[in-house]
Amino acid sequence: MIPAPFQYYAAKTVNEAIGLLQQHGEDAKLLAGGHSLLPALKLRLAQPAVLIDISRVSELKGITSNGDRLVIGAGSTYYEIARNEAVRAGCPVLAECVGQIGDIQVRNRGTIGGSLAHADPAADPPAVALALGATINVMGPNGARSIAADNMFVGMLTTALSSDEVITSVTFPILGKGEGAAYAKLRHPASRYAIVGVAAYVKFDNGTVSACRIGVTGAGSVAVRQPAAEAALVGTSGDDAAIAAAANAAGDGIDYLGDIHASAEYRQAMVKVFTRRALTEAVRRARG
Amino acid sequence: MTAETMPTKLVGQAIKRREDPQLITGQGSFLDDIKLPGMTHACVLRSPYAHAKIKSIDTSKAKAHPGVVAVFTGEDMLDLNPLPCAWQAGRVKNNVNTPRVLAVGEVHFVGDPVALVIAEDRYIARDACDLIEVEYEPLPVVVDAKKATEPGAPQLHENAPNNIVMEWEAGDKAKADAAIAAAEVVVREQIINQRLIPTPMETRGSIARYEPATGEFTLWTTSQAPHVMRLVLTAFVFGIPETKLRVISPNVGGGFGQKIFCYNDMAFTMWAARKIGRPVKFVEDRSENYKYSTHGRDHITDVELAGNRDGTITGLRVTTYANLGAYLSTIAPGIPTTLYGRIITGAYRIPAAYVKVYGVYTNTAMVDAYRGAGRPEASYLIERMVDRFAAEIGMDPAEVRRKNFIPPDAFPYDNGLGLLPYDSGNYEAALNKALEIVGYAEFRKQQEEARKQGKYLGIGISSYVEICGVAPSKWIGLPGEGWGAGLWESANVRVHLTGKVVVTTGSLPHGQGVETTFAQIVADELGVPYDDVVIEHSDTAGTPFGYGTYGSRSLAVGGMAVYRSVAKIKEKAKKIAAHMLEANPDDMVYENGRVYVKGSPDRFKTLAEIALQASVAYDLPEGMEPFLDETTYYDPPNCTFPFGTHIAIVEVDPDTGIVDLKRYVAVDDCGNVINPMIVDGQIHGGIAQGIAQALYERAVYDENGQLVTGTLMDYAVPAAHMLPPFETARTVTPSPVNPLGVKGAGEAGTIASAQAVMNAVIDALSPFGVKHMQMPATPENVWKAIRAAQAAS
Repeated sequence: MIPAPFQYYAAKTVNEAIGLLQQHGEDAKLLAGGHSLLPALKLRLAQPAVLIDISRVSELKGITSNGDRLVIGAGSTYYEIARNEAVRAGCPVLAECVGQIGDIQVRNRGTIGGSLAHADPAADPPAVALALGATINVMGPNGARSIAADNMFVGMLTTALSSDEVITSVTFPILGKGEGAAYAKLRHPASRYAIVGVAAYVKFDNGTVSACRIGVTGAGSVAVRQPAAEAALVGTSGDDAAIAAAANAAGDGIDYLGDIHASAEYRQAMVKVFTRRALTEAVRRARG
Repeated sequence: MTAETMPTKLVGQAIKRREDPQLITGQGSFLDDIKLPGMTHACVLRSPYAHAKIKSIDTSKAKAHPGVVAVFTGEDMLDLNPLPCAWQAGRVKNNVNTPRVLAVGEVHFVGDPVALVIAEDRYIARDACDLIEVEYEPLPVVVDAKKATEPGAPQLHENAPNNIVMEWEAGDKAKADAAIAAAEVVVREQIINQRLIPTPMETRGSIARYEPATGEFTLWTTSQAPHVMRLVLTAFVFGIPETKLRVISPNVGGGFGQKIFCYNDMAFTMWAARKIGRPVKFVEDRSENYKYSTHGRDHITDVELAGNRDGTITGLRVTTYANLGAYLSTIAPGIPTTLYGRIITGAYRIPAAYVKVYGVYTNTAMVDAYRGAGRPEASYLIERMVDRFAAEIGMDPAEVRRKNFIPPDAFPYDNGLGLLPYDSGNYEAALNKALEIVGYAEFRKQQEEARKQGKYLGIGISSYVEICGVAPSKWIGLPGEGWGAGLWESANVRVHLTGKVVVTTGSLPHGQGVETTFAQIVADELGVPYDDVVIEHSDTAGTPFGYGTYGSRSLAVGGMAVYRSVAKIKEKAKKIAAHMLEANPDDMVYENGRVYVKGSPDRFKTLAEIALQASVAYDLPEGMEPFLDETTYYDPPNCTFPFGTHIAIVEVDPDTGIVDLKRYVAVDDCGNVINPMIVDGQIHGGIAQGIAQALYERAVYDENGQLVTGTLMDYAVPAAHMLPPFETARTVTPSPVNPLGVKGAGEAGTIASAQAVMNAVIDALSPFGVKHMQMPATPENVWKAIRAAQAAS
């Protein structure tokens, strides 16, 4: 449980971090909250030669609300997000999701940017980012760009980020009237990651579901949307039968994982169960 | 407490633990807090293979690494004997294989130590381990105890054909066979008691210092039994005089049995400290603790329980494969034999019972005592089968228990399995109290209503009996059960010139509150203020020999040694007081710290006055030795047998298989209670560990012998929020074995709880046709059990 030797840099600005990433290339890893990286270092599963600590970069801090959007600094801890009034009022599902990650120690250290960049297949935030259509704002040597959540999660521990880019913030929508979202999760008893986690977003117009997005994490190698289930709900009244039908359509397109805690077969069944639960709650909230 | 509110009797009072202020303010001194001048740090290179020949080891690069002091392999330590197995129970004869300090020639499980690096700091030592080049030739692997005994299975040790350590039996096979053949009903199951990892908060470790001028070692180690470690390391491993080693257990952060045993780091830190002339420290990290330190349980059992439709149990036949791991740990063979097979019939009068146990080597970490040690496996088995039988004949499980309990007038009770007689018990009283607290009849109505609404509630009863204070030596020792020593306990009590009382014991606390409990007894018996009593322990220098703290024995055995020494002090004090008061020694009364002449309570001497007289010693009765100083070596006449009933209520979500543990009621009878708060604490912690086995914990090896649950990210130790509040109560049936009437409470919670939860889960699932499922009842296991039962019906 002792990491291999590494060089340590504490970056003060995003540009400094990018410069260090360019300088050290594949040998370097960014260190934010450290709650994914440090366990891997301690087990020597990861042995980067260089750690660039961005936990003290003030540009990555802070949560702002601008009308219909919340811009959350990538370095915001789960605790800061879960306790933020603007988040709790405007995007309660995000506060709920990050407010149940790990335990209090994890929430005091772990960051939203770190989670999205690491793309652990069982992490909670990717599901919510997908369901809410979040935008990941990044900075690299060539300046800033934005990545839609739908395009972010490429594969197991793999994202659309380049190795010299830093996530600076994440933009989430503020939910309005007729919109509702919820996160339902089967929790791993040891790690408390998601065995299956489902985030659901619905929007009603004139009593009919006009939009639906579902993000699933934990079940497979990467967090994914559920287009068939979403399509099944859109245009319906969102009643129990419609939700059941949509949940039944969930589970496709997932590269299921199986381990001692949950087989692939069980995960597949749980995607349907938790899709139903997340949709039921999201609909209840959307109807106010 | 003011003088007015201080109770006159401390025994029975919830005195706050005197151990705690230091511990909860971070001022304890645990092994890793100890730093010695010139101290070096050890790191162990461990086998990544579960079974392999070591073809070669090249340590040259590690030796050349800056900051490395020395690198050793097993070949360097051939002067050390293998670690001994001290409890060769069950006719283990020519197939004993115990671990060497470092492996020589062959490794037998993942984590088997292959090389040792000593360096200036822990980081350098760890880095240098990666520079050692070992060439292995992998060999076939077996991790399952039953498969290991089958023809063609990979063989671990040449002297143990079919990997069998021992074939042990108890009871009457012919009678059990006949009872099963003649029974109206026979229920059969394969019941698996899964492997667990004890997971003390503090991992294990050792620090050794060697004094070349005297040839003396000092060893600080995380041990529940420092005197035994001193004996074993000197006499068996090193072959040096026992007087050349002092062993100190500093504050120990939980043991749960894992810290009873002799481990290789105790020996290699000593060996290396002597070799390099500097102190050596080794502290396991969590991964090493999981891979190398002993695990618990791991039984595969085929069981048949026979009975009549009126609910009478008539027979029990059990075959158990007990996985003991790659080598025998210090007392491993005793756990599935004496502490399991001999109490397999539990709290019931079963006229025909037979148990056969195979101890088996596999390519896994060693298995030895873990909280409860054999009794949880036994209690789980019989309690699960009693429920299974009750369901089969359609009788209420509480009623079946009542019908078969050993009645109160049958004690002392011989269960026919080679155990000493159960001392005392009133099993139905504990059951009734638990049923009353839980509201059993009302719950059954709720359960029926809930089922109509598609909600699945279940209730599980566990009426356990267990064995504490294992003794006497003539029964447990070599001629009897095979433990290579006695199991008595010692205490010395001295009353100093100032009237302060110093007690030294071979028992020692690592969470049990031994200091507090013993001080309560001494203060009461001597009639001195509680704060005037100090309890010293944990250091072989300055304490009398003791076998240590485990097996819920410290009060019933160690506490009795203290009690006896105090009684001797009082006798001597009476003689001195009689001399001082010019009275007849036979007329003296000892009461509340004073000795007075019978009938004249105003003619008295206080204990302090007597102690002063005994210390200055210029006027003592003719021929009397100075000082109030008495030692007792106490060997009890029997074990004690605590019992009780625990009841769990669960709700199962059939869509997901999630078990919601809604209520937990525990009624325990540990005889007389010295400190109810400490007993409650022990019960709470024990229940948590049993619930953990039922719902969360399991150690898993894959078919290659890799420990899949090698970290706390995969091995699910429950957090507080995963447990319900516990509703505890007691009945009190004093033990006749000792004058304090105490039995022991350290393991009862663990012994009782797993089956209460599992019986509840299976009760909840009974509408689906589920009759049994294996632990742990994880969501997926429950979900699958429901689907398998539905598919079968």
